[in-house]
Amino acid sequence: MSLFPATAAAKSAGRRAPRTAARPVRRGQRAAYGFIAPLGIGFGVFYFWPMIQTFYFSFTEFGPFGGHTWTGTDNYARVLRDVTVWQALGNTLIYCGIGLVALPLAIVVAALLNRRGLRGVAVYRALYFVPFVTLPVAVGLVWNWLYNGDFGLLNEILGWFGVDRHYWVSDPSTAVLAIGAVMVWSTTGYYLIIFMAGIKSIPRDYYEAAELDGAGPVRRFFTITLPLLSPTLFFASVICMIQSLQTFDLIFIMMGEKNPAVGETQSVVGLFYTWAFIENAQGAAAALAFLLMLLIAGLTYLQFRLQRKWVHYG
Amino acid sequence: MADTEITGARATGAEAAVARPRWRVNGGSVATHLVLSLGALVMVFPFLWQALTALKSLAEVSRVPPTFLPDDWNWSSFDEVFTAMPFREMLTNSALATAGRTAGQLVFCSLAAYAFARMQFRGRDLLFGLFLSVLMVPSSLLVLPQYDIIQQFGLLNSTPALFLPGMFSAFGTFLLRQAFLALPKELEEAARIDGAGSFRIFWSIMLPLIRPALAALAVITAMTAWNDLLWPLIVNTDPDAMPISAGLTSLEGQYETNYPVMMAGSLIASLPMLLVYVFLQRHFVQSVAFSGSKG
Repeated sequence: MSLFPATAAAKSAGRRAPRTAARPVRRGQRAAYGFIAPLGIGFGVFYFWPMIQTFYFSFTEFGPFGGHTWTGTDNYARVLRDVTVWQALGNTLIYCGIGLVALPLAIVVAALLNRRGLRGVAVYRALYFVPFVTLPVAVGLVWNWLYNGDFGLLNEILGWFGVDRHYWVSDPSTAVLAIGAVMVWSTTGYYLIIFMAGIKSIPRDYYEAAELDGAGPVRRFFTITLPLLSPTLFFASVICMIQSLQTFDLIFIMMGEKNPAVGETQSVVGLFYTWAFIENAQGAAAALAFLLMLLIAGLTYLQFRLQRKWVHYG
Repeated sequence: MADTEITGARATGAEAAVARPRWRVNGGSVATHLVLSLGALVMVFPFLWQALTALKSLAEVSRVPPTFLPDDWNWSSFDEVFTAMPFREMLTNSALATAGRTAGQLVFCSLAAYAFARMQFRGRDLLFGLFLSVLMVPSSLLVLPQYDIIQQFGLLNSTPALFLPGMFSAFGTFLLRQAFLALPKELEEAARIDGAGSFRIFWSIMLPLIRPALAALAVITAMTAWNDLLWPLIVNTDPDAMPISAGLTSLEGQYETNYPVMMAGSLIASLPMLLVYVFLQRHFVQSVAFSGSKG
């Protein structure tokens, strides 16, 4: 059962609500502002005002004894010249790319679960979703243990196939991939649920008609499921991109502080955290945060532009 | 073979008579089950390994090749977690932060969502757009001034610091607004004729009708709050005031190579949310499915 059975119908009805006599409307207006006020105040204090302040901070230097000095665009210049920023940016884009692997995985599983008469669908869905619900810090610790170079289970299993021992997380060349794999592992279940909801809305008749025409399961997947799911896929890829561009938790926990590969794996938000709260470079951190927002907005815009080329709206 | 035959017959149920030769359908579904089970194993096995490691001794986990089941079941790591750091306080902090954030969102978001969905007032669409814009802003853009504000309130290293900013949510407002929009309009008109005021209509008529949406918002908020890391790391640096997520990171610093203790700690820390998930799974699924719908 859906949460919002009549959303669309009610939406259009709500817009055309007839105006009643003037006085009750005005009284209703005041009540409406009362309903909104608590959230509005909260947003003002914790979101809108901070946004303005961060923008201001990005043009200032935070003094050792407090107080902000105006430094113009120095912070932006510093950010753009800094090699660690470009490395963090590169890492973040790689995480984003790896993170997107969760989408095809989730679609394939969703299509398999859509088989007619398949039993245990709810059980599978529940199990695939567990990593997403689990505390990311705990997930990071568990995978660090699996990846452990000396006693980790992964090396043991790979050893059966003749693969040499490897220090997955402390070797810079594999650390990003190792962390990215955990990201995929923990988000696949989330996208699975989104795609299962999307697939459910594809009419069964399409599949039956295709089956009568002799189309096999693979063919049906590519000619029916995938095109009709493309609006959902588009939406999921926007969410996935926005989320993975802001990735922080897993990297923070999996790398710790002494790992030699910290620089090679750091994300933009990780660098922001270091600057803002450890190295006391708030101005530069604020500038970095703004550039991150521009990057997110830019890539999201690009996705919306590109969707015309591949998203089918029935 | 006989087993598969029976399951197959039960699975297809009434359609069985119409279906194609049964063994072929079964062949396909056996392969499907095989693939799906393998995936499920990958998803769940790390947690099994976490539990098994927590129950082994430090000497046993440093053995090559590793043992699968513990040689002797050793519960001391669980005790050690609680003596190594204020684990009990951290769990309490997490619980309070989760409760505060969830309750706050349910109250503030439902009030605003009701006005946006069912009331006419000047600047409604503009305000709603403004509120939604909060969804687009990365949290890193906000935490520096948010930290200053919490400091000015004198709330650093306190429980309210953990949940204050998170009580206000654009996603929650959006979700509940959609739920309110789906209710028939006649409800309010009838109540108004009976002389009920706006708040009464909201509280005793409309709110109970969107209970599924409230439950969906509650579970997703609780999960976000329990799992939150960046914000608590910033505002509550005192171990006694940390939630369990931040606490685990300091456990990692302290017990670098003592994996049984770390696995025990992470197991206890993730258990409460897993229990909530087991009992309220339906609501998790609904809130995620909603976030994926373009409504």
